[in-house]
Amino acid sequence: MSFDAAYEALTDHDDDARWAYGTGFADPLAGVDTTVPADVDRADLSAYCLALGDDALIMSHRLQQWVTRAPELEDELALANIALDLLGQARLLLSRAAEVEDAGRDEDVLAYQRDAAEFRNVRLAERTDADFAHLVARLLVFATWRLALLDRLTASGDPVLAAIGAKGVKEVTYHRDYAAQWVVRLGDGTPLSHERMQAAVDAVTPLIGELFRPHPTEVRLAAVAVAVDPSALRPEFDAVWAQVLKAATLRPAADVPDEADSGVSASVAQDGADRGGSSGGPAGAGRTDFAPDGGGRDGVHTAALADILAELQGVARSLPGSEW
Amino acid sequence: MTAAAVAARVTDPEMPMLTLADLGILRAVDESADGVVVTITPTYSGCPAMQTIRDDLTAALREAGYPRVEVRTVLTPAWTTDWISAAGRDKLAAAGISPPGAAPRRAAGPVPLTLAPSRRAVSCPQCGHPDTEEIAAFSATACRSLRRCPVCREPFEHVKEI
Ligand SMILES: [Zn+2]
Repeated sequence: MSFDAAYEALTDHDDDARWAYGTGFADPLAGVDTTVPADVDRADLSAYCLALGDDALIMSHRLQQWVTRAPELEDELALANIALDLLGQARLLLSRAAEVEDAGRDEDVLAYQRDAAEFRNVRLAERTDADFAHLVARLLVFATWRLALLDRLTASGDPVLAAIGAKGVKEVTYHRDYAAQWVVRLGDGTPLSHERMQAAVDAVTPLIGELFRPHPTEVRLAAVAVAVDPSALRPEFDAVWAQVLKAATLRPAADVPDEADSGVSASVAQDGADRGGSSGGPAGAGRTDFAPDGGGRDGVHTAALADILAELQGVARSLPGSEW
Repeated sequence: MTAAAVAARVTDPEMPMLTLADLGILRAVDESADGVVVTITPTYSGCPAMQTIRDDLTAALREAGYPRVEVRTVLTPAWTTDWISAAGRDKLAAAGISPPGAAPRRAAGPVPLTLAPSRRAVSCPQCGHPDTEEIAAFSATACRSLRRCPVCREPFEHVKEI
């Protein structure tokens, strides 16, 4: 078979042109009953789907960057499959966000044509990994949090979110097991692997607090039983985190301020006058909402997200509307 | 041939020994004066084969004389490996892929964490040895894990229970 014929064989059953850079595929919600429940605020529901979708999209991209860099072929396959699961969740959630928004955007527009400040992912998802230990620590935190979230989302009053949750629970269960088993293997391994795993746990800890701070959108939607209040996930997260660290002979990081509280993010250059420097410990004992500089859910990101978007959106932005 | 029979014969692009009916992702085929409505459900959220499956269903039905085809997706109830048919399990085994056991039943409360590689009794599809070890929880696709037989030393793929 000539190369031309092989190319035709790949494309001849489908006359639809594809985006050069994107999916160009059918909306993943095609044929799904996508009615919005009557008592739900559409702008809130759209924003919530967008945030959960952005978490999955950005985490997926970071995982994809490990392909060709993982310690063994089996781990490349595992990370690629985990990334693919999250990309699938992202496509469903971004499609739902676009459809509920009803402003003529679709999943591709949301993925490829927003600037960093319009992304709503938690900062944990965008963080670069200094080494494989950092990756598995971050993946363990992400998957433990997301599994608890998706599990509760199965009871959402929005049938599409409930279905996405039910499907995602099965997937993320495997993601969490994969990460936890690596944390135990490295933590309870050689002195060197133990030391590096401990450093990774210490490094990821300041990013944990943000995951459980309810955003006003989440509070409003949780009140009508559509969203999950993330603060309710903390006990389950803490139990799993402690279980894994114990099995891995690792110690929890010392009490550290949350990154979003301490104003250390790379892109948020503030004068720090109201921050109390290093003397005050974690800010705001009575805090009920975001720290003054906000977090990823408010579009306040680190420079790492801009790097991801430059890679993720480069072709789409330089060749808008291209097809092949 | 009925539209249901045509749709049931379409094969999965990633495990072509299985039909969509064997795999359990074909949920309904409804024929009416307006055409055929086929309802499918994805195996995994990110399953890259879904678009090909939609195209293959449409093409097969058109070829069989059903010009108007609509393929609908249902997300709920979520697919489980329990829906793989007995014939499908036999075909997997014949192809050297170990079929899934029963999907785990969720007890009430949080999803339990598994800190050791799964100790399911999975027998070797080559020599039949009853106890094999998991090498990796993920392999060429998300739905299959990689295992190894301690007797014949052959690695093999196992369809993971979900
Ligand atoms: Zn064997």
